[in-house]
Order: sequence, then structure tokens, then C-alpha cells
Amino acid sequence: MDIPYTVQPREDTGLFNAKVGIWLFLASEVMLFGALFSSYILLRIGSPDWLYGEAKHLNIPIGTFNTAVLITSSITMVMAWASLKLRQFDKYKLYLGLTVLLGLVFMVVKGFEYRDKFQHGLLPATHTFYAIYFTLTGLHALHVLGGMAVNAYLWGPGSKMWRTEPERLTNRVEVSGLFWHFVDLVWIFLFPVLYLL
Amino acid sequence: METHDAAVFKRHIRQYIGVFVALLVATVLTVAVSYVHFGAEDSHVGNVTVAMIIATVKAALVAGFFMHLVAEKRSIYTMLATTGVFFVALIALTVFAFYDSPGSHDALKGGRVATEAVAHGH
Repeated sequence: MDIPYTVQPREDTGLFNAKVGIWLFLASEVMLFGALFSSYILLRIGSPDWLYGEAKHLNIPIGTFNTAVLITSSITMVMAWASLKLRQFDKYKLYLGLTVLLGLVFMVVKGFEYRDKFQHGLLPATHTFYAIYFTLTGLHALHVLGGMAVNAYLWGPGSKMWRTEPERLTNRVEVSGLFWHFVDLVWIFLFPVLYLL
Repeated sequence: METHDAAVFKRHIRQYIGVFVALLVATVLTVAVSYVHFGAEDSHVGNVTVAMIIATVKAALVAGFFMHLVAEKRSIYTMLATTGVFFVALIALTVFAFYDSPGSHDALKGGRVATEAVAHGH
């Protein structure tokens, strides 16, 4: 039996089902990160010796670079989807491949940052700031990994769908893109909150 | 001849590039203003406010254009509006709870001291 509304919009929502599904999921993600952001606020206002500026030992140029990497990956993601809409499959492969690579760059840079912290003995137990820093960035990094896995599938084996059901593949890429942009959006708040303030 | 859809998407692509440039500029701006102190000398409120305003504008650009929320179906707006109410309530309730009880400050300090004790092996 075919799965209904993978391409055709449902009459009541006006959307294909996966789009409703991803937005509901993103709504739950807002609450997940919201809970952690509220924990951050609580820990920060309740701490008599919160770490500011250089005391955090976070590298602002590296954080800025990683922010630019994620923003760039967002535009390559949306370009991958737009390429499918324009029936340009080669460009789709190029842009989605770049998106996965940029995700990898972000993770490698984050890995170096983590290694640097561990080498200097800065662990979650060291200070309340590092506890929330590792929790927030670790959860975010897991999301980047998840997004990379789905995008890598849509770039590789999943892209075969283009030959049989091009509209359905386009919708899959749109849904994956919505998740990827959300991950970028979360980082837009994490960067100033953790590195700059 | 170019189809109507293709022309629309090419216009969208120009928008995406514009948003991308704006996001990069806003990132540089966020970092630059973090070196300036806003507001009272012993307070971080000014800097937090400025950084959050810039981050919110950036987030709105990503959500509005990359996630197509500027032209989306009503069902999604309803879903997000509901989420927004619960998100604000979540943040507000925890902050209100913190200022509600005079003992909560001491409880938090106690938690921190305990964490430090663990870190130092006491």
C-alpha cells in the first residue's frame, strides 16, 4: 500500500504529511532546547562566580568561524532543494554534498575545541558554566550528526528516487532542510550565549 | 522559454543569497558589539539585550526565508504560535520560580559548592 500524501497536499492541512510531521517535531525540539536555555538562565543568575570573557577559555574566532560554517551550510542546503525544484540534479548533488562536508567541518572544529578543553582539565564538573556548555553544545552536536546522516543518505542511496519519484525526493530534501536550518538557528543563539556573553 | 516556476525560484535564490550575506554581516556585528560595554558598569544586561536582539533578527531571517515561514500554510503558523506560548511560559516560569523563593539562591549556591567539592575530590 502506498503511503498517502507524500506529494499531494492533504485537504485539511494544505501540506504533504512529512512537512506537518517535521514541524511538529521541531516544535518539540523548541521545548527541549527551551528547557536547557531556561536551565542556563537559572544557573547563570544563581551563580555568584559565573565565568565571563577570557575566564571561559573559549576561542571566539573559532566560534565565529564555526557560526559562518553553519550559516554557509544553510544556504547550500536551501540551494540543494531549489536545484531539485529547477530540475538540476547535478547541482543538487553538489550543494547537498557541500552541506554534508560543511557539517563535517563544524564537527571537526568542535572536536578540536573539546579536546583543547579536556587537555586543560576543563570538564563539566569543573564549573557550572562548563556543565551547561558541554550539555548544550553536546546536544547540538548530536543534532548536527543526525542531520548529516540524513543528508548523506539523501545525497547517496536516497537520491535514486529522483528517477522514479522526483517530487517525493524534493519533499524529502525540503523536510531534511527544515531540520538542518533549525540546527543552524539553535547555534545562532548558542554562539553569543556561550562564547560572547 | 523559462517557465513561470523557474523564474520564481530564480528570484528566491537571489533572496537566499541576500539573507546569507545579511547573516554573515550580523555574525561579525555580534562579535564586534561584544567588545563594547552597554549599560551600567557592573551589569551585563545591556550586552545580553543587544546580543539577543541581533540573534533574534538572524533567527527570523533563517526561519522566514530558508524555512519559508514568510509564506507558509495557516496550520504551521497555528502550530508555531502554540509552541511560542509554551516556550515563553517555560522560560518565564523557571525565572519566576527562581525569584519567588528566598531560599532558592542558597540552594543553588549549595549545589555549586557540592559540584566544586566533587571536582576537587573532597
